[in-house]
Amino acid sequence: MLEGLTPTSILLDEKELSLAKNTLATNQLPTTRMEAWKYTRVAKLGKTNYRSSEETIESLDAYRIAADATTFVFVNGHFSEELSSDEMPEGVSISPLSSCMEGEINSSNLVLEDEIFTALNTAFLTDGVLIDIEAKAIIEKPIQIIHLLKGEAALSNFKTIINAGDFSKAGIIQGFFAEDANKAFANVTSEISVGKNAFLTIDKIQYEAENTSHISTEQVSQEKDSTFTINTITLNGGLVRNNLNIEVIGENCETNLNGTYLLKGKQHVDNHTVVDHTVPNCNSNELYKGVIDDQATAVFNGKVFVRRDAQKINAFQSNGNVLMSDNATVNSKPELEIYADDVKCSHGSTTGQLDEEAVFYLRARGLSEKSARKLMVSAFIGGALDKIENKDVLKYTYKLLKERFAWDFESDFNS
Amino acid sequence: MITIKNLHASINGKEILKGLNLEVKAGEVHAIMGPNGAGKSTLASVLAGRSDYEITEGEVDFDGIDLLEMSPEDRAREGLFLAFQYPVEIPGVSNINFLRTAINEIRAYKGEEPMSAKEFMATVREKSALVELDAKLASRSVNEGFSGGEKKRNEIFQMAMLEPKLAILDETDSGLDIDALRIVAKGVNTLKTDKNATVVITHYQRLLDHIVPDFVHVLYDGKIVKTGPKELALELEEKGYDWIKEEIGQ
Ligand SMILES: Nc1ncnc2c1ncn2[C@@H]1O[C@H](COP(=O)(O)OP(=O)(O)OP(=O)(O)O)[C@@H](O)[C@H]1O
Ligand SMILES: [Mg+2]
Repeated sequence: MLEGLTPTSILLDEKELSLAKNTLATNQLPTTRMEAWKYTRVAKLGKTNYRSSEETIESLDAYRIAADATTFVFVNGHFSEELSSDEMPEGVSISPLSSCMEGEINSSNLVLEDEIFTALNTAFLTDGVLIDIEAKAIIEKPIQIIHLLKGEAALSNFKTIINAGDFSKAGIIQGFFAEDANKAFANVTSEISVGKNAFLTIDKIQYEAENTSHISTEQVSQEKDSTFTINTITLNGGLVRNNLNIEVIGENCETNLNGTYLLKGKQHVDNHTVVDHTVPNCNSNELYKGVIDDQATAVFNGKVFVRRDAQKINAFQSNGNVLMSDNATVNSKPELEIYADDVKCSHGSTTGQLDEEAVFYLRARGLSEKSARKLMVSAFIGGALDKIENKDVLKYTYKLLKERFAWDFESDFNS
Repeated sequence: MITIKNLHASINGKEILKGLNLEVKAGEVHAIMGPNGAGKSTLASVLAGRSDYEITEGEVDFDGIDLLEMSPEDRAREGLFLAFQYPVEIPGVSNINFLRTAINEIRAYKGEEPMSAKEFMATVREKSALVELDAKLASRSVNEGFSGGEKKRNEIFQMAMLEPKLAILDETDSGLDIDALRIVAKGVNTLKTDKNATVVITHYQRLLDHIVPDFVHVLYDGKIVKTGPKELALELEEKGYDWIKEEIGQ
């Protein structure tokens, strides 16, 4: 898998590089015997001879999620200067990692030991983006990072670093797409630190191809009084695994994790989330909703830790799935590990079919079967999509739903 | 308008309709009464196109078309309407939203232009006033959290919006207090013309004081076993069904 790849030229911390190399030398790809990978097979990744390849795309039009945004574009992990914005909004500096000086890329809080994908990402890092939001900066225009996979067996090891300064407020959009890609693989990491009383929202749209793979690991830490929200929308991609790890290290924080996934074909999408409450007086809300058709599989594993001293925590977690075919599969495992005694936590998971009685009712009023099912689906995932505040992101999501499922959701939500 | 001949239908291998005949003409109101489990709702479901039933024999002609061959939506588009005995709750699907889709799909089926948003809202206002359904209820999720009476009024509201040729009301009166009953009956009577027809399934003669039928049928053990004028309803309510059983020799 690694033959023919060139080690990273990004100026990362030396200690981390050697840790990553060591992990790669001493670890195999995870197997389903490992608890964290029980429902997700990655063996096929080991059978592909990936290569790093510089590609270009003609136009960004199809992938521009928000029209009015500061946009940075990467193809197979390589920075595409021509397609990126040249004007920088005030209060933030955005730079490709390849242009960073030694010591500019602060030391990582990613776990590299025994984590083969973060190690691979580090040791062979293609490029990435560093977003530094100044303290007190209010960034009105969203910052949009568009990543494309292109070509045969392309491997992109891509990293996003976001430092949201104290009292800052910003919205970041991440779009992952594929263009003429075959068996390509995006191995992505993000390191996100949310400063005191900062507000950071990430909207992440995953829309690669049915034969591409995507593994992402997001490591987030929240300081006191901060609010962090991430909406993960997965609509295409053959194998997708999202590791979302959130460490709440300051009091009075709010954490919102929302996910929407609509899967078909043979897609396999696995959302693995960890919210770790280490201090008191925080709220976390997690809502993942999915619709699974054909032979697709959805995995949800959400873990919430409430450490011993973390009193007065409100943690809610819910995962709902609708199976649209007899061959669709869901493995859902919400977990709470609570060591404090004065907390309010709840979790739940539901998996079912669309209510056929309701479908019949709607058809008996003149709706086609397709419209009836679409209406029921949109009602079901509406709860998770409603959490997306950025109207452009929502609009773009509707566009993709129409493109991929021929479902027009827009009319339902706008009335 | 609708002619049902020798209709046999079963569910899970159990025959429920056992050779049912019925004819309803435009401008008429028919009442169907009968003991619990006789097959009244089965008849309504079979006509509306619920796929759980197997039709083993018989035919249904609906203004020249073979009803049993059509999908539920096409039956609705041809003008058949069923007010459900137990309307389902559909969380997250707004009542007026789905009605707008329904109306426009029906219009598209007939090759007509879609209804404008303005016209639609005006119609919603007019028809919800007719059945005294709170405008807020009209725009909430379908039947979610509605009281029993509100659900029934919502069925009639939908009927008013869709203006069907043939409406089948399955126990729309059950569980209604006298005020709600009057409202529902007023709705049905206002929509009545000489071009449409109504079939009311009921256990209670009370409804028939308000919606006056041209014919009363007794559905018993999967068949229409007796047909009479509206006075038959009174007799049935007073005497029950035992005398009918004797009459038909069971
Ligand atoms: N899924 C099913 N499997 C087997 N039998 C069924 C099924 N559904 C309905 N039945 C039976 O069909 C018969 C007719 O039911 P139906 O609902 O049509 O009666 P009804 O005349 O409408 O009664 P009611 O006055 O109580 O509404 C009943 O004996 C009922 O138990
Ligand atoms: Mg019944």
